[in-house]
Amino acid sequence: MSERQESKDSLRKVVTVAASQEVAWRVFTDDIGSWWPLATHKIGRVAAVDAVIEPRVGGRWFERGEDGSTCTWGRVLVWEPTDRLVLTWEITADWAHDPELRTEVEIRFISAGAGSTRVELEHRGLDAFGARAAEMRGIFDSEGGWTGLLQGFVARADRAPRTEAHAATT
Amino acid sequence: MNVDVVLDALSDRTRRQVFDRLRRGPLSVGELADGMAVSRPAVSQHLKVLKAARLVADRAEGTKRIYTIEPRGLDPVRKWLDGVWDEALARFQAAAEREAKRETKAKGANR
Repeated sequence: MSERQESKDSLRKVVTVAASQEVAWRVFTDDIGSWWPLATHKIGRVAAVDAVIEPRVGGRWFERGEDGSTCTWGRVLVWEPTDRLVLTWEITADWAHDPELRTEVEIRFISAGAGSTRVELEHRGLDAFGARAAEMRGIFDSEGGWTGLLQGFVARADRAPRTEAHAATT
Repeated sequence: MNVDVVLDALSDRTRRQVFDRLRRGPLSVGELADGMAVSRPAVSQHLKVLKAARLVADRAEGTKRIYTIEPRGLDPVRKWLDGVWDEALARFQAAAEREAKRETKAKGANR
């Protein structure tokens, strides 16, 4: 594992907010539509009226246009209310969505006393920009792919001695 | 270097693989092509795009061309993202503090 070079792999931001950890989390997630600069940073063709983070792992992070259409920015990887949020970022410079261009954003909410929260943001994976993700996808896209892997697993499970299979289910 | 040019160069999966391999050390065109499921001319074409975006550089070593990663190649992207987050976080901070004040007022009014 190569050593982490923060300046190359990621960017970091810290902001201290005069709000409780709970309020900071809620405004960041539930109310993202109220503060995200939609006028300048949106990817849909129509004007964006709202931004949403679906509150669960695997949830989408997207903008909603004035015609009701949605454009995805990424997905939720980690959802730990009031503590930690990790999102994928799949947006290009001209604000188009490209799931191949994947980086990660981690946001931590740390209490800094009553009514004060330190919010730390790290945007990482900047050195590879989805290259590793593309390699992994390449493995699964190759001959056999997911189907082959699953078939191989099923075949091995079927061949396993009865006692082993039995032990696995207990 | 324009951030769109850099991200455009990285928008192709094969180009990202070439870029990722060069991050681990210099390689000749032949060595790159050997380790990939694309033809040598295709690799050359991808290298041309990466070079135009200043993500990679090349030098001659005898008859071979050796490609290397440009350490500052992603700087335009980092700079752009830095600006995006500066603006977003400033607005987030203002919104969170407004909400905190609103809640404090509401609590006070309920007494």
